[in-house]
Amino acid sequence: MDFSTTVAAILSLFIFSFLYRDNPFYKFAEHLLVGVSVGYFLVISIDNVLVPKIADRLLRQNDWSVIVPLLAGALILARLIPKWSRWSQLALAVVIGVGAGVAIPATLQAQILTQMKATMFSFIPPENSIGWLYILERIVILLGLTSVLAYFFFSKEHRGVFGTYARIGTYFLMIFFGATFGYTVMSRLSLLIGRIQFLLGDWLGFLN
Amino acid sequence: MLLKLPLIIVAVFGLFMLVQFFVEAPFLDHTYQEILDWVQIIYLFTLWVGAINLIKLHLKKSTHKKEAPYSVVTLSGIVIMLFFGLIQGKEVGSVFDWIFKNVQVSLQASMFSLLAFFVASAAYRGFRARSTEALVLLSVAAIVMLGRVPIGDLISGLIPDFANWILNFPSMAARRGILIGIGLGTVATALRVLLGIERTYLGR
Repeated sequence: MDFSTTVAAILSLFIFSFLYRDNPFYKFAEHLLVGVSVGYFLVISIDNVLVPKIADRLLRQNDWSVIVPLLAGALILARLIPKWSRWSQLALAVVIGVGAGVAIPATLQAQILTQMKATMFSFIPPENSIGWLYILERIVILLGLTSVLAYFFFSKEHRGVFGTYARIGTYFLMIFFGATFGYTVMSRLSLLIGRIQFLLGDWLGFLN
Repeated sequence: MLLKLPLIIVAVFGLFMLVQFFVEAPFLDHTYQEILDWVQIIYLFTLWVGAINLIKLHLKKSTHKKEAPYSVVTLSGIVIMLFFGLIQGKEVGSVFDWIFKNVQVSLQASMFSLLAFFVASAAYRGFRARSTEALVLLSVAAIVMLGRVPIGDLISGLIPDFANWILNFPSMAARRGILIGIGLGTVATALRVLLGIERTYLGR
């Protein structure tokens, strides 16, 4: 039971005390987490961006092109002064323009074409597979994908055959949400088990 | 001028990044990387705006009698991390590293594990199988959860296999549909932004 483990364990207990009700111990831990996290990210941002991408280039390489993003950054700081906050829109415009320009080809490639390619398969089962199951699985993927897309197609009213097809899409969506929910619950539970193992094992030494 | 300038900047930077993807030229590649660095520098300042606002808020709250101790804790956390991170460095074994491992990671893990209780309680109160869709959602969630724990295998060896099948086929199909939908929406929104039709980011 060393000092570091004891500190980590006591802070964990402070957080778990919220299960009883909101209390000063929980509030202390919550505020500490906010402060430490902000401090951590500030240090990381200084080490990873300010030093190599601004200070080094300006002072060691005499690269004055960094002045442009520095000015843009200064415009972002104008948000802190309500009278000047509109000037920050110029810097935000750079970020939004770059984001939009990068997003179009990247999204087309990664989220549309790759997903479509993965859905185009042969219905002829490979030799080492169960024939009927292989075909059923491909039908499920094709039906699921097209019906979900039909559900999200709002330019046509969801009535008649199209409406029925879109309704099949809602069942596939429910399967996806259910699976995602189950996965989320399990990941949170595994975190909880990890913390309990830490408290009972690493800290108190009950689990050996 | 301040009304039109952001739209021009968005169009110029956006079109350059778009065109650069299709044209191969070392000069364009260099400029592309340079602009990505600029964006990182601007992000750094946005992070600082957030931090400065938080510090201002807690400095203000530290004058209130009831909230003062907690605000002092937050401010101390920021100052201590900045002090040790900048003076001593963040190598393994430093004070910064010790606080990160024993305070930040520990608090974060406990905070997220708390969600297990809240998810369970919300599910108990909110999830009633009032319709066929809700029944499907609940059944799939139950099968996936059972398929991930040893008791599922003890009940029947088929449960983990079925959970995997659900994840790999019907759930995957819906996921692909959602991803394609998001992708089409992203491209459409990006085009609207580049063409100056979408201006909500300017508060208009």
